[in-house]
Amino acid sequence: MHELSVCQALVRQVEDIARQHDAGGVAMIRLRIGPLSGVEPQLLEQAYPFACAGTVAEHAALVIESLPVTVRCRECGAETPALPSRLLCGACGDWRTTVISGDELVLASVELCVTPAAAT
Amino acid sequence: MCDTCGCNVTPGNEHLATKKNERGHDAVTVLRDLLSENDSQAAHNRAHFDERGVLAVNLMSAPGSGKTLLLEATIAALKSELRIAVIEGDLETENDAERIRKQGVPAHQITTGSACHLDAHMVHEALHHLSLDGIDILFIENVGNLVCPASFDLGQHRNATLLSVTEGDDKPAKYPVMFRAADLVLLTKTDLLPALDDFDPARAEANLRALANPAALLRLSAKNGSGLDAWLDWLRAQRAALRRRAGARIGLRPKIQPDGARLHRHGSNLKFRGLG
Repeated sequence: MHELSVCQALVRQVEDIARQHDAGGVAMIRLRIGPLSGVEPQLLEQAYPFACAGTVAEHAALVIESLPVTVRCRECGAETPALPSRLLCGACGDWRTTVISGDELVLASVELCVTPAAAT
Repeated sequence: MCDTCGCNVTPGNEHLATKKNERGHDAVTVLRDLLSENDSQAAHNRAHFDERGVLAVNLMSAPGSGKTLLLEATIAALKSELRIAVIEGDLETENDAERIRKQGVPAHQITTGSACHLDAHMVHEALHHLSLDGIDILFIENVGNLVCPASFDLGQHRNATLLSVTEGDDKPAKYPVMFRAADLVLLTKTDLLPALDDFDPARAEANLRALANPAALLRLSAKNGSGLDAWLDWLRAQRAALRRRAGARIGLRPKIQPDGARLHRHGSNLKFRGLG
């Protein structure tokens, strides 16, 4: 539901980066998203065309890398995969864990089309 | 350090940040939170609260779980002890702000139109309409929604999430992002528990622990006042914690901020962190 807001924030960031690099266009945007970020990659993909229309990112391909949920146990130290609704240690079953992957909502990188004039 | 405008990219580290790929495009490594614009505004709001010694509590829950009634009971109980102000968030109407003003405390209503959550910019705008002079606690009653509000930092010091017993004891499992972010969970409408034999508070707590969240779970009824004292004590303790941290490099913050640890310092991200 809030994915359009997230997309608009993304496009503003990408516009800033393109401006800093004097880029004429953006070819690709790579995101890293974990299920505990509260953002659905599929909804983000659907919202993206509306957010980027008329901007420098209009023709950019959106590539989303979905990251798995991984927890580290504070009791036994094991690092194990987990489900978003069950962040228990996969080794000893304790609930005192720390999420070490799975809550990311990150703009990882962008590929810019730098115009020849700007590149020289 | 600045990682908003790119000024941290110097001739010395530029090769790490940009490189031409096989398609002739400049690949720029960013590794920045998607909501960094909101997070910067939230940090500004938090600094504003810190400077004035105002404890900001973000109340989140499903619609109808009793946030406004809890506020009315809280204001009535603390009236002679603490000065309270409230920011209300709803899609439409001034109803909640009017209810709060009737309790004799300042309130500003944000009507979001169709937006399903408050964000840091909306709260900042609301602060222009609400004087914090002499205020001890600011409650921000978020839009009733167990999904979207969890993703937006507002600048609050604490998240208190309500779960009414008329919902279901598996709500924490169904909405893990929201309940993982809670610094306190309030089980509300407990006066109805005798009639709801399928709601098990112990099961609700087990579902909260399964999210690795150690937050206290308090049972209360704003209607008959039972359990309210533990909530009021929690508020007093947070205020004391805020005052203890005054002037510290890192002030009071929610346990998990929406912008929290997304850029985990491990794995493939590590080699780029030098840029920050």
